[in-house]
Amino acid sequence: MHAAPSIIIFTVLSGAGFGLLVFLGMRGDPPQGLVAFVLFAIAYGLAVSGLVASVFHLANPQRAWRAFSQWRTSWLSREGWVSVAALLVMAPHAAWLVFFGQPLPVLGWIGAALALGVLFATSMIYAQLATVPRWNTALTPAYFVTCGLACGALLAGQAGPSLALLALLGAVQLLCWWRGDRRLAARGHDLASATGLGFLGRLRLFEPPHTGSNFLLHEFVHQVGRRHRPKLRAIAFAALCPVPLVLVGLWPATAGFALAFLSCMLGCFVSRWLFFAEAEHVVGLYYDAIRGPAR
Amino acid sequence: MTCLPAATDRKLGLVIDLDTCVGCHACVIACKGWNTQYHGAPLSDMDPYGPRPEGTFLNRIHSYEALPDDGGAAQMVHFPKSCLHCDNAPCVTVCPTGASYKRAEDGIVLVDEDACIGCNLCAWACPYGARELDRASGVMKKCTLCIDRIYNENLPQEDRVPACVRTCPAGARHFGDLADPDSAVSRLVAERGGFDLMAELDTAPVNKYLPPRRKDRLENAAPPLTPIASGGGLAGWLDRMLGGG
Repeated sequence: MHAAPSIIIFTVLSGAGFGLLVFLGMRGDPPQGLVAFVLFAIAYGLAVSGLVASVFHLANPQRAWRAFSQWRTSWLSREGWVSVAALLVMAPHAAWLVFFGQPLPVLGWIGAALALGVLFATSMIYAQLATVPRWNTALTPAYFVTCGLACGALLAGQAGPSLALLALLGAVQLLCWWRGDRRLAARGHDLASATGLGFLGRLRLFEPPHTGSNFLLHEFVHQVGRRHRPKLRAIAFAALCPVPLVLVGLWPATAGFALAFLSCMLGCFVSRWLFFAEAEHVVGLYYDAIRGPAR
Repeated sequence: MTCLPAATDRKLGLVIDLDTCVGCHACVIACKGWNTQYHGAPLSDMDPYGPRPEGTFLNRIHSYEALPDDGGAAQMVHFPKSCLHCDNAPCVTVCPTGASYKRAEDGIVLVDEDACIGCNLCAWACPYGARELDRASGVMKKCTLCIDRIYNENLPQEDRVPACVRTCPAGARHFGDLADPDSAVSRLVAERGGFDLMAELDTAPVNKYLPPRRKDRLENAAPPLTPIASGGGLAGWLDRMLGGG
């Protein structure tokens, strides 16, 4: 799949922002005054800038408001609703903490649940697609939710949840790669099932429809440098799990959390790029560009 | 509305005969021509006279080579592919704006171009590569079954079929109501064993494909002719001297 920068920026930044809102809404002893102001500013800044980045991915962004209309069937529409609801519900809780030093726990809890819902809705946009076998599993929501929550816990400076979530994130990431690499073959799609011509014998694409490229090839049959995959996976994993774990474990101060957060974000960006770049869309079968199970 | 209709009164669609298609691409050209001039945004081309021309097409033809497992001769199958107007269309339900919809009256899957934001999600959800984002207009383009032809009372009766069907010189494309078991297309599907593409994804396509026949094999062919006279020249002389021929 084509890894659009706007979508990578959107999912990573919004994920961290809403992840932080989950912790700011849930905490029994939330920060107050200036600290609360800084933390809520970071959370809203990340969440909103991510949402704005996502609009740049649209070919007709002036009609983006229409995306709120189809919440009954579309995860993309639901994501829009839940993000706006989370940002609105959390706002009075944030304002009371900043200006009056008092939480509004009920709104905080509802806001936290909605922020968690945003992470889930974002993941379902990808997990729902049966056409991309690598994404079409319960691991995709697990991956998006843990990424967002781990970044949020680091920003919130909560050592216990940070350590637990970073360890979990490492495990989920490894499982995603392990299962993902076998997913296309396990589903059993191949050129024979795509064309229904398997009864004739071994198939290969003799001529593509056109000698030039097209939208489908750009969007779905995008070939990335597979050479660098092991290195990129190593970088992503190190930055997502062991490096921030050690930093938070040994240096549970603001600077330690900040460095751990930066490392985790770097890991998220590399990992998210791989999430898109490595994904195989079944339309690639028609172009004989991806291989199903060996015949 | 991106909720799929529970059932459609009719299921208009295409039946494509892979046994008959000669791979001439006339349907591709007829489709591009008609759909660039009438309903909706034109199908644009990018860099049409430059080194890397590409464009938006609603119908594309792949050609596959099949090598029989029993060692028979290779066979070529030309494979036209356009929107299959699925009953269980995943491209419709993912649409956040309601631009993508399936009509309850005839089952045709359409895009309301004034509501399309160009998010590409419907193209991601389609297993067949039937939707392409037009780079000039930024809206998603797909086969409309030529809704501006099939119901057009200004056209003579024989032209009220999709442009690809009307133009096919081999008669490999058939248009009709696949919900009516007595329609010509339904009978064709029943007689010829019409099948679905990627049935395992449960999209329930309306369009059907008719399988090609296996290629004949040479069975009682005469053995290759043996030479009745050895050649002349030095090689022929050597052959004779060594007792061959």
